[in-house]
Amino acid sequence: MTHWLMVPLVLPLVAAMVNLLLGGREIGRQRLVSLACASGLLVAAMVLLERAAGGGLTVYRLGNWPAPFGIVLVLDRLSGLLLTTTAVLALLSLLHAVNGDDARGHHFHVFFPIQLLGINGAFLTGDLFNLFVFFEVLLIASYCLSLHGGGAERVRASLRYVALNLIGSALFLLAVGALYGLTGTLNMADLGSKVAAAPVEQVALLRAGGLLLLVVFGLKAAILPLHPWLPPLYGSVLAPVAALFAVMTKVGVYAILRTVTLILPPQGAVGSAIAEVLPLLALLTLAAGGLGVLAAARLRTLIASLVVLSVGALLAGIGQFNAAGIAAALYYLPHTTLVAAGLFLLAEPITRQRGEVEDRFIPGPPLLQPTRLGLLFVLGAVAAAGLPPLSGFIGKLMLLRSVAPADGPWLWIVVLGASLLTLIALSRAGSRLFWGTAGTAGAAGTVGWRQLLPAALLLAASIGMTIAAAPISRYTEAAAHQLLAPQQYIDAVLGASATGGTP
Amino acid sequence: MEALAACTVAVLVACGVYLLLRARTFSVVVGLSLLSYAVNLFLFFTGRLLASAPPLVGSGAEGASADPLPQALVLTAIVIGFAMTAFVLILALRARGELGNDHVDGKGGGR
Amino acid sequence: MPLLLLVLLPLVGSLLPALILRPVGRTAPALAAAVVTIAALLAAFPGLLAAFAGDPMAVYWPWLPQAGLDLALRMDGLAALFVLLILGIGLLVILYAQYYLAKEEDLGRFYSLFLLFMGAMLGVVLSDHLLQLVVFWELTSLSSFLLIGFNHQSREARGGAAMALTITGGGGLALLAGCLLLGQIAGTYRISALLHMGDLICAHALYVPTLLLILLGACTKSAQFPFHFWLPRAMAAPTPVSAYLHSATMVKAGVFLLARLFPVLSGTDLWFFAVGGAGLLTLLYGAYHALFQHDLKGLLAYSTISHLGLIVLLFGIDTPLAAVAGVFHLINHATFKASLFMAAGIIDHETGTRDMRLINGLWGYMPRTAALAMVAAAAMAGVPLLNGFLSKEMFFAETLHLSALGPARWLAPLAATLAGVFAVAYSARFIHDVFFNGQPRDLPKFPPHEPPRFMQLPVVILVGQCLLVGIFPGLTVAPFLALAAGDMLGAPLPDYSLAIWHGFNAPLAMSLVALVGGLGLYSARRWLFALHHHHWPAMDALALFQSSVERMVSAAGRLTHALENGSLQRATALLLLAAVAAVCWPLATATTALTGPLRLSPIDGLTLVGALLMMGAAVLAALWHRRRFTVLIALSVVGLMVVLAFVRFSAPDLALTQLAVEVVTILLLILALFFLPQHGRPESRPLRRGRDLLLALGMGGGAGMLTWSILTRPFAAISDFYLANSLPGGGGANVVNVILVDFRGFDTLGEITVLAVAALGIFALLDNLCLEAGTVEGLPRRYADERHTLVLSLLTRLLLPLALLVSIHLFLRGHNAPGGGFIAGLVTAVALILQSMASGIAWTRQQWRMRYQPLIAWGVLIASATGAGSWLFGRPFLTSAFGHFSLPLVGELELATAMLFDFGVYLAVVGVVMLILATLGNLNLRCAEARKGGEV
Repeated sequence: MTHWLMVPLVLPLVAAMVNLLLGGREIGRQRLVSLACASGLLVAAMVLLERAAGGGLTVYRLGNWPAPFGIVLVLDRLSGLLLTTTAVLALLSLLHAVNGDDARGHHFHVFFPIQLLGINGAFLTGDLFNLFVFFEVLLIASYCLSLHGGGAERVRASLRYVALNLIGSALFLLAVGALYGLTGTLNMADLGSKVAAAPVEQVALLRAGGLLLLVVFGLKAAILPLHPWLPPLYGSVLAPVAALFAVMTKVGVYAILRTVTLILPPQGAVGSAIAEVLPLLALLTLAAGGLGVLAAARLRTLIASLVVLSVGALLAGIGQFNAAGIAAALYYLPHTTLVAAGLFLLAEPITRQRGEVEDRFIPGPPLLQPTRLGLLFVLGAVAAAGLPPLSGFIGKLMLLRSVAPADGPWLWIVVLGASLLTLIALSRAGSRLFWGTAGTAGAAGTVGWRQLLPAALLLAASIGMTIAAAPISRYTEAAAHQLLAPQQYIDAVLGASATGGTP
Repeated sequence: MEALAACTVAVLVACGVYLLLRARTFSVVVGLSLLSYAVNLFLFFTGRLLASAPPLVGSGAEGASADPLPQALVLTAIVIGFAMTAFVLILALRARGELGNDHVDGKGGGR
Repeated sequence: MPLLLLVLLPLVGSLLPALILRPVGRTAPALAAAVVTIAALLAAFPGLLAAFAGDPMAVYWPWLPQAGLDLALRMDGLAALFVLLILGIGLLVILYAQYYLAKEEDLGRFYSLFLLFMGAMLGVVLSDHLLQLVVFWELTSLSSFLLIGFNHQSREARGGAAMALTITGGGGLALLAGCLLLGQIAGTYRISALLHMGDLICAHALYVPTLLLILLGACTKSAQFPFHFWLPRAMAAPTPVSAYLHSATMVKAGVFLLARLFPVLSGTDLWFFAVGGAGLLTLLYGAYHALFQHDLKGLLAYSTISHLGLIVLLFGIDTPLAAVAGVFHLINHATFKASLFMAAGIIDHETGTRDMRLINGLWGYMPRTAALAMVAAAAMAGVPLLNGFLSKEMFFAETLHLSALGPARWLAPLAATLAGVFAVAYSARFIHDVFFNGQPRDLPKFPPHEPPRFMQLPVVILVGQCLLVGIFPGLTVAPFLALAAGDMLGAPLPDYSLAIWHGFNAPLAMSLVALVGGLGLYSARRWLFALHHHHWPAMDALALFQSSVERMVSAAGRLTHALENGSLQRATALLLLAAVAAVCWPLATATTALTGPLRLSPIDGLTLVGALLMMGAAVLAALWHRRRFTVLIALSVVGLMVVLAFVRFSAPDLALTQLAVEVVTILLLILALFFLPQHGRPESRPLRRGRDLLLALGMGGGAGMLTWSILTRPFAAISDFYLANSLPGGGGANVVNVILVDFRGFDTLGEITVLAVAALGIFALLDNLCLEAGTVEGLPRRYADERHTLVLSLLTRLLLPLALLVSIHLFLRGHNAPGGGFIAGLVTAVALILQSMASGIAWTRQQWRMRYQPLIAWGVLIASATGAGSWLFGRPFLTSAFGHFSLPLVGELELATAMLFDFGVYLAVVGVVMLILATLGNLNLRCAEARKGGEV
């Protein structure tokens, strides 16, 4: 049996506690530990991805108790993909953070690994209440990270974020309670089969529970109208934190995808309620994101709105409930996550070099390194705006093709309209930041390529995803088919055949 | 009894929600704790109401015993809720320190 | 393979100029660009031969079925013609730019972007795949954006670039949609395959939207009315860019698209009226406005618009002969317009201005340039013996018999002649104003003189072509035209003759009318200009565009602000509203009874009283939320009632835990309140309170209904398994504890992680924060003060060991009776806190010197190590083992790995609680000192 599934969870936990023991004085060693942890996570993610690509599910029964009584971890293509995305993102954000941002407060190297623990746990667990626990883990860590570095703006935004998510947690428990009180189980696979077999007089209550879950996950994913916390928060936190947060909304998206494919499939009487509202919410979120991108007065707010927009695009794909749509979303997910993160990292030197006008779209002193920053910005902008030839365009193409023109003009209109708004906004932003300069350049803030490397790599990921588009999209298509056939998951988890870690 | 339980949950939730929507951090904190009380009770009740049958096995009298699982869940929920309450409380202090007042949006007025 | 090379050479080569600038010097970038272009020409040669031979070269690699993206290139006659134009004129422009651009300008960047654009353009014309064509199409928009904005110091350039990108890029999106539709109609994206499916596609239900979307793409790119306005503004680009993009390439992409898809989409009334109409309007609009421009390049820009309109109109006329004429004029326009732009650039370069009101009589200063420019302008006007004349004759001839217009068929020739008149007029103005018409007036640079020979060379070559084609059409252009037009139509060509003289016929008459009328018009210009400027509203397209964009931005801002105005209260309300909807909508629309069949259990008085107390306290807290100590008391009452509820419904562990947590929480709240205002003040207006009340009732009602309908339903849970396996499998009689440390121990691990992080977060939050104390006298003072009650402190010091004993007892029995690591930890912590509170700050200071972080770390590490320990036995994480040992004195003792795990929990909990309260206490201490310092 394999213990690889535990590595993404145990490694960061131990690393965090070791860093805690090292204490505040030895930032150098803490950095080493964190980097080692992140690299280890990347290796583990690769191994798991390789394993998941085979097509079988890997079930890990904690405490060696049979499902549904014990907690299980489940690895399928979806979780493999997300683990890898997170690992890449984490390593690069960390590489940026160790340039000094990590020393601007206490215990960064404890919070950061715990954040990864929470995210990985959420992607791996097969148990609804355990998912709640991991949500709390990643949330508390994210609270601490978002406050890292202090400052009034951050505190204000974080207070909003914390309060809303505490309410969200309460709602989550409400939903879990409702589902348990009706089905008497917590294991997702078991829930899936129990809900499918639920008597008709339970449907209304189960729907309430399911929709409540959608609200909770929607808050994490920043779906309209639950998104107001995101732009101010992502616009104010430190660059590496914002970069890491780029994947946080995807946790919500993951949870929604898992729920609507495994627990509450749209064919069922319960899931149909979600299937009705999800596409509409997706389009609204897309539109709101596009408007936010256009309205943004600062670069970081603009990128934050891009994150909202991307969530809309992902859900628009998922909302198709067909293989093509989900595959498109799964191809688009790593692209948008990595590119948004890269832009957040790139925004930092731009902000610093523009002195007190910071990243606002008003005439400011010319940048010290217009060429290298400009090149990276163009790369990021092309990728984010979904212009050819980068992965954003490919993702957009897959998404548009996933819906038949006859029954989906709305999706086409909204998606293309949003990309037009993004195009306008990004060209405007670039022209204001790099071209419309006034006064003389400041003195401080030049960055060497070494400091720019994480941002450059994250943005270059878009090129990589373009070159490797064929294999990646084959993988995501397979993942989509796997998700649309949940019986395989249920059998793997509940079937007596699967014991321990064997698929 | 079931009706009473339902009423209790309803009232607690309602009061918590009302407090959550106030403008001062302290009220929000109180609202959150009321809400978590309510949610814990609800989670606990989903194991159905059973008097004087603690889930202790092997203690002679075997018989109907309360559903232990919700109890375990609630215990975890209580602990996490405690951690979160403490954190948001201190965050409220910090906010007052940074923003000079205890309004949830750091708007002026009040100290 | 050569085709791939042909496209890749410029794209990859575009890196070259930027890279080699520094080491080699300023001629190097141009040299590199030229070499790349010549190489591309050579690469194109075999393709050209193949096209002439009649079996076009093609490559096809399937790539990405999910996105419908493949690599497909094909070089038929039409493509070959454009390849020649793109590369040939590109080469000339490269040479020209080398002399045009100033020394200090960033030549590396210029030539890189130039090659990038060239590559993209080649990609467009060589694509045999709709979506791939869109890819290159958008690339041309992008690279042209960067080229137009090359002099980004000037506002004009920035604005023009942004406008061009927005219009053409937006058109590109429409084109993308159109191509996707077309592909889904035909079932293929291969253009060469589409060419034979015209009838099928024109008959399809989705033909209309498809055509309109594709036209939107073509018209934005080719600056057709009403999307023409970006082109004159793009003149802010360096003149070489204009000479290339706005004569031969970029703006021709739209026309190319129409030509490419002519066999697929044409042949319907919609095509005739939409394409023809757009062309006609553009033809007249451009011709009219060209006459009234004072800027040299402005005149050329509007004339370009007009000529593009002419070509589009010819394609719209939708007869084979008209199509041939269109292709022919396309070639001619490229040659004379490019040369005219270059001449304008030379004049600008030599005189320092482009304003025709200043530039006069240059014939005296630069006769060679003047002669060349005049020939080119004459070609533009359609003077005999020049190429422009031939295509214009064919155009006139085509307008003569448009049966589709029915009775209004006289309209077309009239409009054509009118456009011809204006064309002659503005060409005349170009010649007369600039080269004659008196002496130049205060030029920025004076006196102007001839440019370097090599700067003139490209113009010479192009003008030479105008002449050659004009005089010997049969020997020069005929084969290319036949090839291109033939492959465009995909059908045998109609017979036509490119002769200069067709005898006296209507077209000749129209040309004469145009010539005479145009000269007349020009001579009457004074009066005309006055008329125009008096009646035509002067509007600045750029200002209009920018203001509308800004209006869009502010509108978006308002909408966004309406959603997220930065207020937590609104965000909370939205979240709760969503939750209420999620719960209440299904319950309200439920088709079956919500109340379950279960028999209700009786209510006993005690429970009733407790419940009423709880509800009452909660309501009190909500009502008096501004009296904060009252709220605190109410809250603690609720907490105690919850504890009792746990006791009442047989959950001793929960009761114990809740009790301990309660104590600590209330303690925290008191401490915190010490730093917060004790009295809030009424804030919210009645309306707001009403909204909140509704939300509260909705949420409460929903939750209550949920509880009710769940509690009244029978239910079979997985719990029996735990009851059955707790003792045999987990080695503990207290099932709840066994679940916590064994069945679901992983939850507990996460839980203590949350605790630990929360404590550390609080530590980080309170770092270097000092708040002045709250205002209430009494409790806070005494708490902060050195004085403390001796009795209490002694008592607690005695109590401490006792409390520790209790906690150890609770811990040890936890596995079998209510208790466990968590509760034990809390008891320990509470005991320590009580003591420190009683004993005052000064005494506690020493206690609180110690750091609790290690305690937390070890706790979590022990717990996780216990879990990982089972790996040694090849078992999954957290697999428990237990055994019974008999120790001397103690006797029979059961040891479970779960107990070790629980010990970790214990350590972590103690550390966490102590850390939180210690930090807060220290904060309080710091502030106490700060206050004292103030008093002294």
